[in-house]
Parts: sequence; structure tokens; C-alpha cells
Amino acid sequence: MSSIGTGYDLSVTTFSPDGRVFQIEYAAKAVDNSGTVIGIKCKDGIVLGVEKLIASKMMLPGSNRRIHSVHRHSGMAVAGLAADGRQIVARTKSEATNYDSVYGEPIPVKELAERVASYVHLCTLYWWLRPFGCGVILGGYDRDGPQLYMVEPSGVSYRYFGAAIGKGRQAAKTEVILLSISIVGFLLAFRPGRLDQCMRILSLCSLGVWGGEIEKLKLTDMTCRQGVIEVAKIIYGVHDEAKDKDFELEMSWVCDESNRQHQKVPDELLEEAKAAAKAALEEMDAD
Amino acid sequence: MGDPSAETQRTLYPYVTGSSVVALKYKDGILMAADTGGSYGSTLRYKSIERLKPIGKHSLLGASGEISDFQEILRYLDELILYDNMWDDGNSLGPKEVHNYLTRIMYNRRNKFNPLWNSLILGGVKKGQKYLGMVSMIGVNFEDNHVATGLGNHLARPILRDEWHENLTFEEGVQLLEKCMRVLLYRDRSAVNKIQISKITEEGATVFPPFSLKTYWEFSAFKNPTVGAEGSW
Repeated sequence: MSSIGTGYDLSVTTFSPDGRVFQIEYAAKAVDNSGTVIGIKCKDGIVLGVEKLIASKMMLPGSNRRIHSVHRHSGMAVAGLAADGRQIVARTKSEATNYDSVYGEPIPVKELAERVASYVHLCTLYWWLRPFGCGVILGGYDRDGPQLYMVEPSGVSYRYFGAAIGKGRQAAKTEVILLSISIVGFLLAFRPGRLDQCMRILSLCSLGVWGGEIEKLKLTDMTCRQGVIEVAKIIYGVHDEAKDKDFELEMSWVCDESNRQHQKVPDELLEEAKAAAKAALEEMDAD
Repeated sequence: MGDPSAETQRTLYPYVTGSSVVALKYKDGILMAADTGGSYGSTLRYKSIERLKPIGKHSLLGASGEISDFQEILRYLDELILYDNMWDDGNSLGPKEVHNYLTRIMYNRRNKFNPLWNSLILGGVKKGQKYLGMVSMIGVNFEDNHVATGLGNHLARPILRDEWHENLTFEEGVQLLEKCMRVLLYRDRSAVNKIQISKITEEGATVFPPFSLKTYWEFSAFKNPTVGAEGSW
């Protein structure tokens, strides 16, 4: 999809003749080149996972956190330009604490996602600002249960039950299409003849997932404990040994087990997940 | 002070106040006691105000004085602890740090002639180290093995000076606190007979449900107080 917008791509306040804003699309490319970030919504919570590509062997493991808590009940994983991400996280924290101090309750995840999206979108409206070069996956647990949102550099935000951004999201795009068709077919059984309704249900469910592996998972039955293992397997699976350097897996969750608080996945579970992921990889290589 | 709108913002006198808080160090941590009353001047208006609150993982805060200012302090501390948690770096604020933060708040407000009208007791345990400190509304702060606020300083501390020792057990500590609270109940007119005790140890904080102290009013001197001096009361 790379087309040069010659002349129409100099400013974020310029539309091209075919109705595109190239600067925003270029910002999205910055996200596409970063390490994979995945989020899934399980039965009892959210799991976020990041493939943290290590720039230098001298970096201390555990540094350069990509997943941040933005309040007690929610967290955010960032892909793209790290410095831009830091700005978004700071703003999100501020929005969350402000809501809490005004309304006396933790900010509903839907509200938080809207605020983040508005902020990101803001920077696409003025010529003296540039769009954020990062995409964000926001997961939280409020009164309406666990929820997962994704915000792109254009400022759109959708709610997902599984989302992925970064390099590895293309990993199984064909599987997504196949699965979408089969899901529509499934829905048609309940609404015979109403193809339009089925398509609408499908799009409303926002199956805009780019890591097709995610759809193979039966997320509605899965607990976060199991989800952590699956996310680790997916990230290890999509990591390209040949093209990229080493990576560090960073994962967090917010679920009933963590008392609805957003926190790093406990160390023993993380080790268990890594071991399972490596084992799964070896199995695949063995085939 | 010069700005007329600032005049209406200054704290001039407290409205709803809590009475004394007493606290001591014991073998496993800190024990703290307070009654659950909120007085509106001389009226004992509110009977169920919780004045002992856990702060983060390692501390316990008890306050006497203006209840609304106490609630404001709880909001400041809530934000402090939230930001500390969001770092997610394996470290968490201990009682010494929280005590210092409170001292800064109280002293700076006092310097603006707009104090938070409270006496605060901050106790906690972190990495085996017990800590118990106090901050007054003018920012005076200190640490000790046992502390009290308000009238507790005059009625409870002498008892504690005599009977406190290192390595009190939990039961001994509670007994000692009850003794202090009973004296306060008899002698402090703003005390109510609904006491709450809380403890904090390495494992965490527990605020026990309120209970009432047994009191004895059959002292012969009370029964017929004017027997020696007719006409007096």
C-alpha cells in the first residue's frame, strides 16, 4: 500500500485528491515497523503482551517498559516511537486521575479510550503539530467487566476482544479472512437470509484482528492464566529470528486473579509462559 | 493575606472534629486506637466516623481534628500511593516517606496561614523496621515508641510512659490501648463509647470493627458526689 503522495504529503492538514491524509498514513508506518504488541480479552480479564526488540546487548533486562499502568484498573501497551508513546501514557494517566478526582470513581475504560483517541486525533488537526507515531492497546477492568481498546495514530479507537499491532500483525492475515467468512456463515444459521445483519454483527464485533492466531483461541472460555500462555506462544511465533535481533517478552494483565488491578504478570507464570512458548516453537520446527 | 478572596479560603476554626488518637509500637508492628465520634462543637453529632485508615501497603494513618481536612489528606495520599504503584518498579512508599510527605503538606499549609486542622499519627512497618510518628497542624513532627493526639497527650501518654515496654504482645498492646481509651472516655467530654483499634504488621493492615468499652459508674464517690459538701455538684 505504499504510494508516494508527491506534494500532498507535506502537511497533516492537506488532503490528497483521492481523499487521503498521507501524513497520518506515514505515522501508521512507524507503528508497523515496531515490535509486535498483542492484547486479548479473556473470560475474566485482559492480557497484554509486547515483543520488545532489544536494541543493544548492554541494555538491562526489564528496562524500557512498554506496558504502563495508567490507573489501578487499567494499563496500556505502546507500539511505535517510544518518546511519543511516553507522551500518550502521561496524558492518559492525567485523564484517569482527573476523572477520579472529579467523579470519585475509576474512569470507565470506554471513557478513557475516548479521551486518548481525542488526544491522538487532536495532533492530526493542526499543521504545527505532527501525528503521534505510535499505536496503543488499552486494557482495563471496570464495572462493565474487562474491556480492550486500540487507538491508532489517526485517532480512531475501536473495542476489540483481540488486537495486535506492529511487525507481526500480518502474521496470519489470510487466516483472518478465512475465519471471518466462516463466522459469517455461522451467524447466517441464526439469521437465515439476512446476510446484511450478519456482516453488521461481524463488523460490530470488530474482528479487526491482524494476528490471526488470536482468533483461533476460544477467548470466551479462556481464563487470563491460560491467556498469558497463549499470548506468549503467539509472540514467540511471530518473532522473525532472521530479520530481527533478540527480544524480551513483557506481559501484563488485569483480571479477577490480580484483584482487578493492572500489574505485571507474576514471574513464575511469565517463566511458565515463556517455556511453553519455546516448547511450542520447537514442536513447530520439528514438523 | 493581602488578597481579599484569599480571606474566605483560610481555615479559621474547625467544625466537625474527631477526638484523640493513641498509638504504640508492639512486637509485630504498630497498634492504633481512636473512637468513632465526630463532634460538632459541643454536640456529639456523628457516631460512626472511621478515623484510622490504611495507606498503601506499609502504613496506617490516624487523625484527630477537622474531619473534612482529614478526608482531603486522604485524597492527597491516595494520589501519592497511586502514582507510586504506577511505577511498578518493585518498590513502595514506606511509613517514613509518607510521614515526611505529610509533614511537608502540613508545614506548607501552616506557612500560608491556611492549615489543615489535624493532628496526624502515621505508623507502619517496612522490611521489619517499625515506625511511628506524629505531625501536628503547625507542622511539628517527631517519632516515638508511643504517640497520642490532643487530650491523649495529657491522659494517655503518662500511662504509656509507665507501662509501655519493647516487645509487647498483641494482647498486651490492645489491653494497654483499651486502658488509655477508657481514661479518655471517662475524662474527655468529646469522646464516645465506640472504639476502633487497628494494627499494621509486615503482612498488612487490619482495621478491626468498632466495639464498646465496659465502663463502671458505681464508684461510691460518684454515687453521692455531694455527700461531703452539700450544695455543690
